[in-house]
Amino acid sequence: MTKEVSIIDLANVIRSKNAGPFELTFDIIFKDKETYEKVKKTKVITKELIAKLYHVPIEKVLYFVEFDPANAIKATIVRPVDSGSIGETDVYGAQQHAPLLDIKIPFEE
Amino acid sequence: MKEIRVLSPVGMLGYGFPAESFQKGLGKNPHVIAADAGSTDAGPHKLGAGVGIVSKEATKKDLTLMLTAGCEHKIPVIIGSAGGSGAEVHLNWTSEIVKEIAKEKNLHFKMALIHAEAEKDYLQKKLTEGKIKPLGPVPELTAKDIEEATRIVAVMGVHSHIKALEMGAEVIIAGRSNDPAMFAALPIKEGHDPGLALHMGKILECGAMASTPGTTSDCMMGYLREDCFVVEPTNTMRKCIPSTVAAHTLYEKSSPLHIIGPEGVVDVTGCKFEQYSERAVKVSGSKLKKSETINIKLEGASKVAYRTICIAGLRDPIMIKQIDECEKHVRDTILTYFSNISPEDYSLIFHIYGKNGVMGELEPRKEITSHELCLILEVVAKEQEMANTICAFARSTLMHYSYKGRIATAGNLAFPYAPSDIPTGAVYKFNIHHLVEVDDPDELFSIEIVEL
Repeated sequence: MTKEVSIIDLANVIRSKNAGPFELTFDIIFKDKETYEKVKKTKVITKELIAKLYHVPIEKVLYFVEFDPANAIKATIVRPVDSGSIGETDVYGAQQHAPLLDIKIPFEE
Repeated sequence: MKEIRVLSPVGMLGYGFPAESFQKGLGKNPHVIAADAGSTDAGPHKLGAGVGIVSKEATKKDLTLMLTAGCEHKIPVIIGSAGGSGAEVHLNWTSEIVKEIAKEKNLHFKMALIHAEAEKDYLQKKLTEGKIKPLGPVPELTAKDIEEATRIVAVMGVHSHIKALEMGAEVIIAGRSNDPAMFAALPIKEGHDPGLALHMGKILECGAMASTPGTTSDCMMGYLREDCFVVEPTNTMRKCIPSTVAAHTLYEKSSPLHIIGPEGVVDVTGCKFEQYSERAVKVSGSKLKKSETINIKLEGASKVAYRTICIAGLRDPIMIKQIDECEKHVRDTILTYFSNISPEDYSLIFHIYGKNGVMGELEPRKEITSHELCLILEVVAKEQEMANTICAFARSTLMHYSYKGRIATAGNLAFPYAPSDIPTGAVYKFNIHHLVEVDDPDELFSIEIVEL
């Protein structure tokens, strides 16, 4: 049996923020080591998924890292508009995380 | 090796912190009190226009507590990225506030001002020598970029702060500084491991943000030892746990594995985060890999346009359904009416909250489910007058547009303000985000001593 679990129920922190004026970085920090390892094993959260959720070509996903000491997955993309330039909608980049909240993780039961 | 204790009262000078938390921190006998006063987070406007992000009153309030304690206990006080962006105008602004406080409180100390604004001629020479390269996803620098920048700052590392301490400075007001530098300078000067010192600085620079409940408006203590550092919020309602400190190691950085600065790269891949006591976390394993050349980050901003905005609410369901068509009508009407103005000279932007105001094109939800929308009409143009003209025209066109099925014929927009149109002045962009290779960081930063 596979059960889909919302990422909101698995993570303590899901956030976006500027990493300098030209990059936008996403942090997903899981509740505990066990959850983090289980999610990692499903290979649902990938560089490709980030590219798809943010409508950017894969080469614009500059980093995708699993950071074990923090039970965290981190990805960084090139900002669609550089911070504060014409066409900006979010100068600090702090409210660009919503698409991540829709991620569902399939767990075997 | 002697333990060095660093007190970070607040994540941003002027954000405010509880006096009781600060007193508790002083009770731990810190060797230095340090705070960050700047960031690029709020966009290019502060650097470009030479203004700050916090009020003078709030900055003075925070600084008064820090300077009074520093003088009383003979602890150096270090402020980095003064005034928000750390250029000359920001440094002067902060230094005037310090002078005011010294006079009012009858405080006497040796103050070091570290200048960080870069000379254009120097940078042009460096550019010709091929010593400037892009930092991150930005184009190669051109001579024109340097010329057009209203201000350019260089981002100093611990080097200049250490030098000022060696000159006997009791208070350091520094221009643009790498975030951890103010916290790491004294420990590195005393011979501590630079990797651990810089990593500790990275945690301390946001005040108590790396604790739970986290905030930038409270105090954090850092204890640097030979092979580890310990961080603990001074307010007993907060605590550090390994996940909050590890999480903060990731904060606002491209890669979680590296903290990059003028000293080199701090590799945190092999770090251990352990609960040290009930509210304190111990961190070990951070290692500095020195870079072969000294590379200093440059930040510059240039003026690109002028902006006028108009805020309006929409509550008519018949209109809300056709908002895209209404936008198109406004755009078409403007193109026809202002055929004398080149469309390249202005941009008309519809920020429609309730549709996709926050994420724009990236918004995955396409349907509007809200019963009301907030519209911000934004016009950026070559001149302020042009931005005002087009914004006013767009507003009146939309106000009285007879869209399909319209039954509310008095007007389409609810303005919360009169006047409805707000000129916001010059618009800037970060046009320089590069690294310059130097032989000696002193080429870019000079120290001025002021006796107060």
